[in-house]
Amino acid sequence: MTRPLVITNARIIDPATNRDTPGAVLVENGRIAGLTDGAPQGMPDGAEQLDARGLIVAPGLIDMRVFTGEPGHEYRETLASAAEAAAAGGVTSFVLMPDTTPVIDDGALVDFILRRAQATASVNVLPAAALTRGLKGEEITEYGLLREAGAVALSDGRASIQSAGLLRSAFAYARNYDMPVIHQPAERSLIGDGVMNSGLLATVSGLKGIPVEAETIPLARDLQLAALTDVRYHAAQVSTGAAVEILAAAKRRNGRVSAGVSINNLSLNENDVAPYRTFFKLSPPLRSEDDRRAVIDGLNAGTIDTIHSAHDPQDTEVKRQPFAEASDGAIGLETLLAAALRLVHSGDMPLMTILRAMTSRPAEILGLDSGRLAVGAPADLIVIDPDYPWVVTETSIRSRSRNTAFEGARMQGAVMHSFVAGRPVFSHAATREGAAT
Amino acid sequence: MATSSPASSPGAAGASRMPFRHRHLLGISQLNQYEIVELLNRAEEMIAVSRQPRKILPTLSGKTQINLFFENSTRTQSSFEIAGKRLGAQVTNMSVRTSSVAKGETLIDTAATLNAMRPDVIIVRHSASGAVELLSQKVGCSVINAGDGAHEHPTQALLDALTIRQHKGELAGLTVAICGDIAHSRVARSNLLLLGAMQARTRVVAPRTLLPSGIDALATEVFTDMREGLKGADVVMMLRLQHERASGKMIPSVREYYRFYGLDEDKLSYAKPDAIVMHPGPMNRGVEIDPAIADGPRSVITEQVEMGVAVRMAVLDTLLADREVAA
Repeated sequence: MTRPLVITNARIIDPATNRDTPGAVLVENGRIAGLTDGAPQGMPDGAEQLDARGLIVAPGLIDMRVFTGEPGHEYRETLASAAEAAAAGGVTSFVLMPDTTPVIDDGALVDFILRRAQATASVNVLPAAALTRGLKGEEITEYGLLREAGAVALSDGRASIQSAGLLRSAFAYARNYDMPVIHQPAERSLIGDGVMNSGLLATVSGLKGIPVEAETIPLARDLQLAALTDVRYHAAQVSTGAAVEILAAAKRRNGRVSAGVSINNLSLNENDVAPYRTFFKLSPPLRSEDDRRAVIDGLNAGTIDTIHSAHDPQDTEVKRQPFAEASDGAIGLETLLAAALRLVHSGDMPLMTILRAMTSRPAEILGLDSGRLAVGAPADLIVIDPDYPWVVTETSIRSRSRNTAFEGARMQGAVMHSFVAGRPVFSHAATREGAAT
Repeated sequence: MATSSPASSPGAAGASRMPFRHRHLLGISQLNQYEIVELLNRAEEMIAVSRQPRKILPTLSGKTQINLFFENSTRTQSSFEIAGKRLGAQVTNMSVRTSSVAKGETLIDTAATLNAMRPDVIIVRHSASGAVELLSQKVGCSVINAGDGAHEHPTQALLDALTIRQHKGELAGLTVAICGDIAHSRVARSNLLLLGAMQARTRVVAPRTLLPSGIDALATEVFTDMREGLKGADVVMMLRLQHERASGKMIPSVREYYRFYGLDEDKLSYAKPDAIVMHPGPMNRGVEIDPAIADGPRSVITEQVEMGVAVRMAVLDTLLADREVAA
């Protein structure tokens, strides 16, 4: 049995209750056992004390979109290495996308993931099972069996279902078990061979563009089918101002839909791509600065619900290629919180809104009891220094892949401690001592 | 005593030439107006070399030039090969189809392998935009872009400018209409950049399906009606249409394209009476151009080929001989 833990002198932020007060947190038996304003009312016997003076205690982050290479491409990332990166980034739970080899489209494979995670991963791994067999967009999978096996959601990951008829069936059948569906709206016939945002920059670079409508047209379709079927629909990620407008209109009528945005689309724009920097080749593509501003406004207004890392490890072989031939994706677990804090420091978003989008909102959408600070909730906690300065360097990356879009970025704010069910899974001080020796 | 190049002696600007600040020629976008003029001046001097009985100006003797063409292009490759040989370089053509590239070697691997052979310059053509720049970051020698995807083809724009200069003198103030498949054309992009830098008026003329997004920021004027677009033009530059790829998607048919965008006598009559007609080749006669125009008195298409050798000699000499002097 682990010793009880008391975190004192902390600034406690809990987006679920809008709490932002100084106080202490008591952790016992893997759960939050007490929350007090000011000093704690005595200590349990043998309790370990963590003085969090000047630091923030918040629920551990829940990242709704993470890819790894296990099974099939373990050289890119394993569940264990992803979990290590997550813990360092303050992510105590992540939704694992089913895009592996083989695809997670069968109950036995969900079970495999959960067992592997149990045995090797230090944070909570929440498998999303495929919406369609092999992510092919042709036949629906066994949602009931997948749920029984432990899938928290259904998603075709990077793939987007093109047939409205099949989507309708998938949504209706998912509603049967009230499972959340996470779907990426992307119209393949408009994307074509496109590799970056459509516009002058793409034209000057001689690269094929992806128009905004490749996102808005399927998003409008998805939202109409979500209303028709009453499914719990989550637009996996949106990147454009036009998509925010469509979402706002849909949400006024249907409270069961939600949407996410990647930290990349919040932090970067199409200008970062030039000249042919493949680590900025992402899906959806980095859009214009106007779109980035509109997506931030959408989060502030509550139209967009969640922020995720879109952590997608890709090795050098597939990234050091001519731009159009390189794979999409960037890693992001370790930089998610720090990159989000930049939006706080720049005055674009309040800290509470940022944290809500990575804690209580994902928990509500997925139906989890974590993501909040409440007595009885799992003690998935992070201790943050919101001002700690650091620079992202390739050598410090814990992921097995190095394809970060934040190489060399100066960050302000870092995770000092991460706890999963009361267990310490990351300590900033320990890594610094380790680096010094 | 190594002089920068014997070719510099006839030119007035030759004596005190500024060293060229670039190691590679990856695109027109990296050049300023003065560098463009400098390259064109030197190319003009090179024309004479190719017209003399002994076509040799051995400023690059002992240098190794590798032509690495991932896309087939007989004319550009031969032009670079002849240019290198006339300057005395040893030229090797890497046939990509028979090399390890065909066996799945990456571009970076290829770059490392070639680099180990210690060439002085690599001429690269690749189907992907940015591929030549990527390769240039991995080698220790100069790299010349012979066309990358729909991005740039700088020596084509330079040879076009040289050809125009031969006929019209200054580029500034001329109206140049670039017509056809703008969307997929690296020639169009490099020409728009070069002509823009030289203060020419640029027009693009194409159906809307072949106009890329944001083109109005690159060209002075955009036209979808060819007669309107050619009105008063000094230069009519036609582009090759990849009609096998475009048919049914970008254009309905070759006959409709030819009717509205093919250069024929009637459409050309809207341009200035002394307008010249250009084409980067290879031409699709009867698709984008009437054969009678292509072979007619206003066509300078074969002259473009001759200027191509001169421009490539000038670029090679500038990148390699200047560097040696500077070192």
